Amino acid sequence: MTEGSGSGGRGDASVEKAREDFLSEAQELVDGLSRDLLLLDQQVRRGDADPELVNDLFRAIHTLKGLAGLFGASRMAAVSHELEELLDDLRLGRVELGVKVVDLLFRGVELYGLLLLSEKGEAPEPTRVVEDFLFALGDLTHRGAAGSAGQVAQYEIDSSVLGVLTEYEEHRLRTNMKAGVSLYRIHVRLALTTIDTALDDIKAAARPHGEIITYLPSGDGSDPDRIELDILVASHSDLESLRAAFRGLDVAVEAIKRRGGPAAAAQTTSSSSSTPAAAASATAPPQPLSIPQKPPSDDLEDSLESPWPAPATPSQAVPPAVSSSNVPAGMAGAPAPAGSGLTLPPVFPPVVAADAGPRDPDLSLRSVSQTVRVDIRKLDNLMNIVGELAMVRAALGRITERVRAAPQLREFGGDLHRLQRAFERHLTQMQNGILEVRMVPLGQVFEKLARVVRQISREHDKIVNLVITGAETEIDKLIVEELSDPLMHMIRNAIDHGIESREERTLVGKPPAGTVALNAFQKGNHVLIEVEDDGSGMSTELLIDTAVKRGLLKRAEAEELTTREVYNLVFLPGFTTRDTATDLSGRGVGMDVVKTNIAKLGGVVDITSEVGIGTKITITLPITLAIISVLGVEVHGRSFAVPLASVEEAITFDETLVRNFDGREALTQRGATLPICRLARLFGLEGLAGVADGGKAHARNKPCVVIASVGNRRLGFVVDRLVGQQDVVIKALGKSLKSVRGFAGATELGDQRVGLVLDVAALMDEFMASDKERMAEALVR
Amino acid sequence: MRRVLVVEDSASTRALVRAIVEDEAFAAVTGGERFEVVEASGGFDAMRLLPRATYTLIITDINMADINGLELISFIRKSERHKDTPLVIISTQSTERDVERGLALGANAFVAKPFTAEALRSAIVAQLAHDGR
Repeated sequence: MTEGSGSGGRGDASVEKAREDFLSEAQELVDGLSRDLLLLDQQVRRGDADPELVNDLFRAIHTLKGLAGLFGASRMAAVSHELEELLDDLRLGRVELGVKVVDLLFRGVELYGLLLLSEKGEAPEPTRVVEDFLFALGDLTHRGAAGSAGQVAQYEIDSSVLGVLTEYEEHRLRTNMKAGVSLYRIHVRLALTTIDTALDDIKAAARPHGEIITYLPSGDGSDPDRIELDILVASHSDLESLRAAFRGLDVAVEAIKRRGGPAAAAQTTSSSSSTPAAAASATAPPQPLSIPQKPPSDDLEDSLESPWPAPATPSQAVPPAVSSSNVPAGMAGAPAPAGSGLTLPPVFPPVVAADAGPRDPDLSLRSVSQTVRVDIRKLDNLMNIVGELAMVRAALGRITERVRAAPQLREFGGDLHRLQRAFERHLTQMQNGILEVRMVPLGQVFEKLARVVRQISREHDKIVNLVITGAETEIDKLIVEELSDPLMHMIRNAIDHGIESREERTLVGKPPAGTVALNAFQKGNHVLIEVEDDGSGMSTELLIDTAVKRGLLKRAEAEELTTREVYNLVFLPGFTTRDTATDLSGRGVGMDVVKTNIAKLGGVVDITSEVGIGTKITITLPITLAIISVLGVEVHGRSFAVPLASVEEAITFDETLVRNFDGREALTQRGATLPICRLARLFGLEGLAGVADGGKAHARNKPCVVIASVGNRRLGFVVDRLVGQQDVVIKALGKSLKSVRGFAGATELGDQRVGLVLDVAALMDEFMASDKERMAEALVR
Repeated sequence: MRRVLVVEDSASTRALVRAIVEDEAFAAVTGGERFEVVEASGGFDAMRLLPRATYTLIITDINMADINGLELISFIRKSERHKDTPLVIISTQSTERDVERGLALGANAFVAKPFTAEALRSAIVAQLAHDGR
């Protein structure tokens, strides 16, 4: 930050906050840049690049430059400065827009990502990358012939209008004029309460017909509830089509006449049905190419005749012009003499007030925007408070029961019970409300991946289509943040290892372009994300060979693995089928880290594949991390909680039905083998003195098997008794306990007892591990 | 209380201007009454806010989408309420021609981006003194 506020205390805090805002705003801008650039890329390939899109890119980088400068990010400012010049050249037509330029812009977006990380202090300054990039930019030949001063047909535009156009808007105007399009003026009066949607409607209506040059405030601004505008539009369409496009919207569309010369005269007297544009371009005398020595706009000003009647003075008596047959009958009046240059009737059809709500003077200084940016930590805080309230409610519930049980307090108990139920209802609503606020659509992370796909396919010289479904599926914001790295890694794998080269694919009869599909959908309390490719699939032999070669597996053990287990070998640390590190995904550090990271989010990963067909990776995630429903259980007098999302059912435990399969205990349940795990044994509680409650716990025992399932795996946990279902706030374990595998956190269960929440997936892993010693050691670690 | 309207499409720049202008020490230096910054995210927002209050000073960017700064300045100078209100342009220097236009249309001063707190404050002080406010 450049010289600070210098007054200490409050001033410094708001400057600090502004800096946080800067980082967050810059990130949003870069994300927007990425999206727009992907769109532009497609357009450039098709050959129909949209100038507005180029302008949007320019504006975004211009803003980034300004921000970077203000907040002392000098490298970012320097990069932005160069990029801004490039984009200015592009939008002013000085540099041609091609694939090479687009590639360079993509590099720029990547660089912004690195620069922002460095600003946040999360990464070192990417000095070398910046240098290389600036060098590449300088390489691009530009500074060719300036501008598009050329054949410029003159329109009757008041100098006051020209005077308020920015350089860019003027360029767009001249470009359009050069192309011989018609200019229209659209007058609107918009109610402030609905201005956003009204503008969107107008833009949408105008878009297919041409380009909006600028918005000019008109009127005298005295009406505080309305804004009057004249919108300048350049369009190839004729007046009628344009009017038709705006039907249903309260606007008045008028054509701006061309001035002077034979073209105009021909226009005023003819009653042909040709559009003014066609007539003008056919007969307009070519104007000499003016060399821009003096400010370019002088060309336009020179050609002016009578001024455009100022809208603020409607009392001017101006006869309406009838210069072309396109003026609808209702507007016809005495025909104006040719060349008088008077154009538009000053009186427009009254705009019907689209007044929505009541006038609220207190609304006056508030922002138009309907959204609020929230720090996720504030939401966490709110969730904690809701959690505490849930505990209070539970305690109240218990007291209510006792009161109701007392006969002399029955009526009082009834009232209390009703109130308690209402409290519960509202609490649930609030909890749901907060959870909803934390939810964001997965599309956020999917969009970022589209860029990655493009980049990696280019790197590997493969053509890959990315198909996304379910982008609107919502999930907790914190989970979304952690998903981009694992997903990116999986996509790299899919493109690098999975999708074959064009030649190979054609050889086996596949279309030359590979497809990577990202699907997201909700299933009960979980969200599933699938990453699927139509590549070469994985061969079980190759996987086993690799695992054995890397010492991760013994050949003998390999015989016993199910197909599913073979595919899951890729999740072992140190696994890779590539001999040399082709890129990051080939170094064998990837998939196990992915699995661990997903597990930290409470999710699991599964792989299925078919040789020659493709591979599908499925990630199963809980929708939210904050509050979960659990099944309380007791093991040797100690309380634990099993997340209900992982519980399939619970059955009574009959010791006599236990069978032994290869050293593992199991039950036959519904015709299938269910391995069981005695939690008392797993947790080393057997043989220890029970909780000192005089043996009451033991007496209450009613052993049950809680059948848990995660993904395709099932395991029955043997417990001493079931306590009951409840919603709890899961709290993280302290630092010293975090490394203990098998527990997702702790929570306060009923009657103020603290219980550990089981991490079912981790427990399954630990239990299934063939090496018992490793298991015991891991629990202690 | 002196109201200052800031028209600028970048939220963090607006926040920065607010931090610079609403500073207590700065208010003291300029005659005592505290400043209140009102933020407009663009031309439309500004047009909405202008008729509702009287502003002591207006600070605006030029390169904004839809209604650009020049159009806004022209509009302001035509309005009864604010035709004489001190108006400061904040803009990057690369748009020289646009800044000249802005001054020609009636803006009083120009502060180049990126600006320091000192530069913005000096410009404000100069304008307020000039105006006798």
